[in-house]
Amino acid sequence: MDFELMINSFPKLMNATLVTLKLLSLSLFFGLLIGLLFAVMRMSKNLILNRFAYGYSYLFRGTPLLVQIFIIYFGFGQIEFIRESFLWVILKEPYWCAIIAFALNTGAYTSEILRSAFQTIKKGYIEAGKSLGISSKIIFYKIQIPIAIRQSLPAYGNEIILMLKGTSLASTVTLMDLTGVAKYIISTTFKPIEVFIVAGSIYLFMTFLIHNFIKFLERKYNY
Amino acid sequence: MNIFKKTIISVLASLFIIGNVYADKIKIGTEGAYPPWNSKDASGKLIGFEVELAWTLCRYIGKQCEIVEQDWDGMIPALLMRKFDAIMAGMSITDERLKTINFSQGYADEVAQLAVMKGSDLEGMDTPSGINLSIGGSSVKKALKTIESALAGKTVCVQTATIHQNFLDSGDVGSVNVRTYKTQDEVNLDLAAGRCDVALAAAVAFTDYADKSGKPVVLVGPTFSGGAFGNGVGVGIRKGGSGAIGERDAQLLKDFNMAINKARKNGDISRIATKWFGFDASM
Repeated sequence: MDFELMINSFPKLMNATLVTLKLLSLSLFFGLLIGLLFAVMRMSKNLILNRFAYGYSYLFRGTPLLVQIFIIYFGFGQIEFIRESFLWVILKEPYWCAIIAFALNTGAYTSEILRSAFQTIKKGYIEAGKSLGISSKIIFYKIQIPIAIRQSLPAYGNEIILMLKGTSLASTVTLMDLTGVAKYIISTTFKPIEVFIVAGSIYLFMTFLIHNFIKFLERKYNY
Repeated sequence: MNIFKKTIISVLASLFIIGNVYADKIKIGTEGAYPPWNSKDASGKLIGFEVELAWTLCRYIGKQCEIVEQDWDGMIPALLMRKFDAIMAGMSITDERLKTINFSQGYADEVAQLAVMKGSDLEGMDTPSGINLSIGGSSVKKALKTIESALAGKTVCVQTATIHQNFLDSGDVGSVNVRTYKTQDEVNLDLAAGRCDVALAAAVAFTDYADKSGKPVVLVGPTFSGGAFGNGVGVGIRKGGSGAIGERDAQLLKDFNMAINKARKNGDISRIATKWFGFDASM
């Protein structure tokens, strides 16, 4: 075991962790917006919106994240029409390709998490609001959304952790995230065990922080 | 003895038996994704210069061989972990790698070159047709300067953990915006898609891609050799340690050197190289 290599590679891996965290936070941000939108569409009585949202979540939950990244990065890059359109400004960059893939993927899961959370809200809460003469818009924003968020916290915490580990796939489209830099160090030192132990520990520590943060939120918004 | 124990013992026993069956076979690792050195045909069978050469060398050694596939970026770690006994994967003999593994004498050599898509402003770069970094001198320095200014601000793509990446990271051509890929295929795809302004690899890797895909890939600048580009391509073998296993590795190195000598003398390497490269890349 080469402890010196482990210590020397730590600062480089920590720098790469920033890239991982940036990927994670941007993907989660866009993913949450997408998830919320599609959860609402899933509950809509409009059949077209409903089916569209269902198809979206079916497609993105039914295919591996790696395949999705490859289609968005290598696949779209092969299509002349896309390369000549304004989309290429974004799709040319591996960074945005990764974020688009991650956001669409986590968005699909988030929409399912939120949908089930909305559906567990007791009818009584909404009826209570209605009987007080509150408009259904306000009921949605002030009653349904807060309760749904609280309900979905445990499942969503899981999704954040899954997404954190999912970001390691960014290294397959040339991004130097935590896994990418770990692989780079291995390619020059030929010592995978040492480097992956350090990288794995950093992932584990981040998971630990996320896990406890979610637990804290769960306790705070307990009712 | 309960069933649980029985199962465990039989599984362990079978592992032991499998381990022994393979013990006397030479396992050779290759990438299968770097044509014409090594690649796969449509049915997934390994083909290419090194695959054919490996069978020839094994015949001279007089042992059974098995060729296994391994991703490029895990090639040397996999050798060290005894997943196979020898590497034949277009791997150049470099000082960097010699710190970790042994190499047989070189069996083939082939130059590296930059490639761009037709219409790039790098076309017509004013450099000598080839430079050898080991020789150096003012003309090499001047050529490196020309390349440095040509690459400034460009995204340069290479396969990870290659001599080509080492060269770009070495500072010989200044600080370059390098993007690394797992396979040469992916480099080619992104060069054609326009994500890479320029790529660096073995010149044949680009001509092979241009031939097969019909894409207008153009080689530019000098051909590179020497220095970071190493001293030809050889068979990578573990450094012999102590004990019976170490002796076996040391013997394997001798065997491969002997087989390469014979294959060279009989014209096998030249013949196979000409078949796959279109020119004699043997050394």
